[in-house]
Amino acid sequence: MATAEPWQKAEIPGPTKALVITKPEVVVAMVKRAKRPLLIVGHEAAEVEIGDKKPLDYAILISQVGKIPIVATAHIIGEFVKKGFQPAGFMSAVDITNRLVDSEWKGLDGKGQYDLAMFMGITYYMEWVLFSGLKHFGQNLKTISLDRYYHPHASWSFPNLSVEDWAQSLEVIIGKLGGE
Amino acid sequence: MAAQQSRIVLLACLIGASTHTAHARHMVEHLIEKNGHDFPIDIGGINIEVEAPITRLVCGIRPKSLGDLEEALDYCENQITNLLSSTHTGQEGHNIDFESKVFHAGMIDHIGLEVADIAQVAALGFPKADPEAPLVDLGYGTIDSQKPIILCIGHNVVPATGIVDYLKANGLYGEVEVCGLCCTAHDVTRYNPKAKIIGPISWQLRFIRSGLPDVIVLDEQCVRTDSLLEAQKIKAPVIVTSEKNCMGLPNRTNDPVDAIVTDLIEGKVSGVLILDPEKVGEVAARTAVKVAPARKKFKAIPNVEDIIEGAKTCKNCNDCRRACPQDLHIMEAVAEASSGNLDALANLYDVCVGCGRCENACQVDLPLHSYIVKAGEKKLKEEKFKVRSGRGAIQDVEIRNVGSPIVLGEIPGVVAVVGCSNYPHGGKEVVDICQEFANRRYIVVTSGCAAMTAAMYKNEEGKTLYEMYPGSFEAGGIVNVGSCVANSHIAGAAIKIANIFAKRNLRANYEEIADYILNRVGAVGLAWGAYSQKAAAIGSGFWRLGVPVIVGPHGAKYRRMLLGRKDREEDWYVYDARTGDRVYVGPTPEHLFYAAESKEEAMVMIAKLCMRPNDTTRGRAIKLTHYIDLSKRLYGTLPDDINLFVRTELDIPITMKDEIHKILEEKKWKENRIPDPTLLPRMIRKKKEEA
Repeated sequence: MATAEPWQKAEIPGPTKALVITKPEVVVAMVKRAKRPLLIVGHEAAEVEIGDKKPLDYAILISQVGKIPIVATAHIIGEFVKKGFQPAGFMSAVDITNRLVDSEWKGLDGKGQYDLAMFMGITYYMEWVLFSGLKHFGQNLKTISLDRYYHPHASWSFPNLSVEDWAQSLEVIIGKLGGE
Repeated sequence: MAAQQSRIVLLACLIGASTHTAHARHMVEHLIEKNGHDFPIDIGGINIEVEAPITRLVCGIRPKSLGDLEEALDYCENQITNLLSSTHTGQEGHNIDFESKVFHAGMIDHIGLEVADIAQVAALGFPKADPEAPLVDLGYGTIDSQKPIILCIGHNVVPATGIVDYLKANGLYGEVEVCGLCCTAHDVTRYNPKAKIIGPISWQLRFIRSGLPDVIVLDEQCVRTDSLLEAQKIKAPVIVTSEKNCMGLPNRTNDPVDAIVTDLIEGKVSGVLILDPEKVGEVAARTAVKVAPARKKFKAIPNVEDIIEGAKTCKNCNDCRRACPQDLHIMEAVAEASSGNLDALANLYDVCVGCGRCENACQVDLPLHSYIVKAGEKKLKEEKFKVRSGRGAIQDVEIRNVGSPIVLGEIPGVVAVVGCSNYPHGGKEVVDICQEFANRRYIVVTSGCAAMTAAMYKNEEGKTLYEMYPGSFEAGGIVNVGSCVANSHIAGAAIKIANIFAKRNLRANYEEIADYILNRVGAVGLAWGAYSQKAAAIGSGFWRLGVPVIVGPHGAKYRRMLLGRKDREEDWYVYDARTGDRVYVGPTPEHLFYAAESKEEAMVMIAKLCMRPNDTTRGRAIKLTHYIDLSKRLYGTLPDDINLFVRTELDIPITMKDEIHKILEEKKWKENRIPDPTLLPRMIRKKKEEA
């Protein structure tokens, strides 16, 4: 059963915890409501298997149907390029997080700061700290974890999911993001 | 929140700084007691004139004897007390003030490191700045299990020297194995190259549970708090030796040796506290000789049948994985074990950090760490490596030889691979990084647990990195300076480049020297498995000195990064000391403290952070070649910021001219000039020239 508690038990969150994404439509609604969404994809997205796909494949589809720019972190820019997809940018996980807390940052396209940042594929304990930083210092920024595990420092997070439920949720997001 | 976070970081760094300083104080007091105040500080004979670069730089004194070091420690203790007081409720309230104090704590920490190491190098006869320090044994497989075995764990080598002295004096040295874990292991081999290193801190549980140690001697720092309980499981007596780590044991310092040994042998007590290192030596040696035959290497590692049966009781709760800091798939491995296949458990051996949290989490109390160790037993027993014993300082002549090529950028950088062993994917990554940069003719310096890890893989010829690469401070060298406190020699080398090569004044001239290092010395620290407060303090000392530090993903838990913004052009101007003009130099170095997500990212970032404003065109071209080449290979693409690092046409690597020109055109790059860089207005020479 899906549970909404930190995947790694050593990490104890504060009283403000992520709202649980009980239905993937929540993500779709959040994205549609956002003026400037961004998807940040870490190196594990190119390593983890979801059936015959990888999270990276889902990230590309989410980006394409939702018209959401992707920032590739760590070393996986090349993995995107191999699949014929050019992310909007690549920089380290700590760098993009640092920019997201700066209200003056003009974004990858020079058009202004983002109001929604979705993360996937960064090692759980590191992503945990990044979400924590954004929770405390990100102004007017909502965050969503698209990973399999509950991230209490995000604004919204999936609970701890089975691989199948995770894949299904991502499929629903992709399916509905492209619609009206 | 910002202030509170900075306050917590300051507290962490103060814990580290006070730990090293207290270690140094203990060391100096002990050595003065044995050798007198006037015992000279000689850490390299005629090869070392600048014996204490950090102490000279910060305290403005030139210590000539052990007694002189006390003055430096007085200063450290004074500063730590003041810094700590600023964290009390109702004191400092702005994050910038805390951050400033974090830097200060780091600088103080480095004095503590230096004092501890130069005192022990001088008075204990360690290798004195010796590039050819002996190759010593490392690994479980090097231990002769037929002999009584004394295991020393921690960082303060004084009790271990008492053991070696007693064994030697009584003709027992060849009869008893003395081995160590963590930095005490480094230092006991520096004291006596016949001693052996088991491995880094993460080997504590696996080696104790193997049952090999007959007596366990604990000193201070990085010792597991459950060591006594683990020792009891294998019926090994424990001797604790530090007033900072008493483990709840009775103080028997003033009791007769015979009485203590009898109590330990007969099991009347599980352990004792002895604060006299010579008495530790005698008690440990005599107890080991007596208990070894009776213990018969009683071990706490289960056999294969026990594992299979135990695995069948697993409730599949997955709590083991969720407790594991590495998120290892332990439950699945246990499930495989229940059907008789231990391969999956064996595969966890290399990436397990040895914390044992999986066992605490297990609902049916399976000894899961022991399962992993048993499954990986073949690997454990085959751990037979050579590591170069910690050499101590870098010679002045070595600095003279490499000063110019480092400052001009022709040696592409100095990479210090240091720190604890909480590696995200096992130690092989550390080996790969060391080898990559040594092959690229960087100077690779190692210390602490990382220095051990660097030795734990062999090439096809059965050689470790220390057998393949020279131990001298030169391009392509892999240089083990020693234990954690020997990190001071890495900072000291950077300082000595400014002093010996560039003739900058040293005494009480920190600002100018740090400015020099930041702008000219392409050095980067990599603490790939850092997790302790001491590592935080060491890191912050390097930040203040102008040396960037990269940590692994676990290092993000320090909740402290010092990140530059290359997109803010205004942040990257320096003064040209020749003219006083402000000149754009690009983000060199871009960050001072940085957590990398993957090994590949860390490697590219190392190459990038080695660039400095002072690089000559030839030097910058070399550094850019490495940065671009590593990006292409590991990222599969060119960096997107090459234009920020090319100052003139001559900076462009010849073999990459076409592709880089294309990028420069796209980015509307304009040629710039190379200044004589400084951040300090007082270093501008223009006024003098005009006068």
